[in-house]
Amino acid sequence: MPIVLGMSVLLGCQLVGELLARGVGLPVPGPVIGMTLLLAGLLVLGRVPEGLRRTGEGLLRHLTLLFVPAGVGMMVHFELIRADLWPLLITLVLSTAITLAVTARVMSWLSRREREGR
Amino acid sequence: MLTDLDRLWVYLASQPLLALLATLLAFLLATRINRWLGGTPLVHPVILAIALLIGFLLLADIDYATYFEGAQFIHFLLGPATVALAIPLYDHRERIRRRLVPILVGCLTGIVTAVGSTLGIAMLLGAGRDSLLSLAPRSVTSPIAMGVAEQLGGIPALAAGLVLLTGSIGCALAPWIFRALRIEEPEVRGFAMGLAAHGFGTAHSFAQYGALAGAFSGLAMGLTGLLTAFILPLVARLLGL
Repeated sequence: MPIVLGMSVLLGCQLVGELLARGVGLPVPGPVIGMTLLLAGLLVLGRVPEGLRRTGEGLLRHLTLLFVPAGVGMMVHFELIRADLWPLLITLVLSTAITLAVTARVMSWLSRREREGR
Repeated sequence: MLTDLDRLWVYLASQPLLALLATLLAFLLATRINRWLGGTPLVHPVILAIALLIGFLLLADIDYATYFEGAQFIHFLLGPATVALAIPLYDHRERIRRRLVPILVGCLTGIVTAVGSTLGIAMLLGAGRDSLLSLAPRSVTSPIAMGVAEQLGGIPALAAGLVLLTGSIGCALAPWIFRALRIEEPEVRGFAMGLAAHGFGTAHSFAQYGALAGAFSGLAMGLTGLLTAFILPLVARLLGL
């Protein structure tokens, strides 16, 4: 039964999130609003109920599998991908490298400053 | 005899059962192949599974809409999985509270760098509008990226593919970048990996740089996803995309 409860909590948060996204016209995906709602709820409650943790971590452990159906959808967009193949690939490699380098540099500088500040 | 087989195939190809089973089997097979290749990040199991399935569907002459009728049961779970990202964020609450300012500053800088460099380079190289809007959320974990791409008017399936490629590229590039910049602290490595390469980066951090790096990576992934989902639609509106 705890798993049923956990799944109900997750789906309930998503439902309220979708309703808020559509009803208020927030430009944020419903599940993301659901995630903030659940985070707020957990902070108020002060612990993660056993069933919720088991269901949630089970889903997150298999997260990569869940991407597969959408990824297969790339087959519908072969034309677009072929037209923009090099821009897409070059952008991915360059900007991933830049993002990694900048983030690592900034975090390393911030944590050194924090250590020296003490 | 042949017509009986044909009829059987027509029945199977139109049922959700085949698509569902094919997805699971392709994933299992891809995981096996990746392990057999020594777990290299260059051939990620997810990307391999997608390639296998596309090959299978083309060979069997099944279109994507028919496939998705079965596969949607797996796809649907992305929603609750996104909500569940609140659990690791909650687990890290103490760590976030203690270092709130550096974490927020690092996260925002990283997001601005990711989105800015992505859109800038792609525009310079002349990518079309659909590609741009699908590229914009690429450093964010897939379920969030797909939702954001949809909100922006990009193509969720393309966004998902680009996110997955970003993840494997990040894991492949990271060792060189960290060595070149002499980044040694596990927290910093993990944080950069989670921000730039989402779940793939987090898995890589746990495996290569230890539990502390993995925790920071998961934290960066969740926070980046959350902040990007709120920031990106506003940025796109400002840029008039």
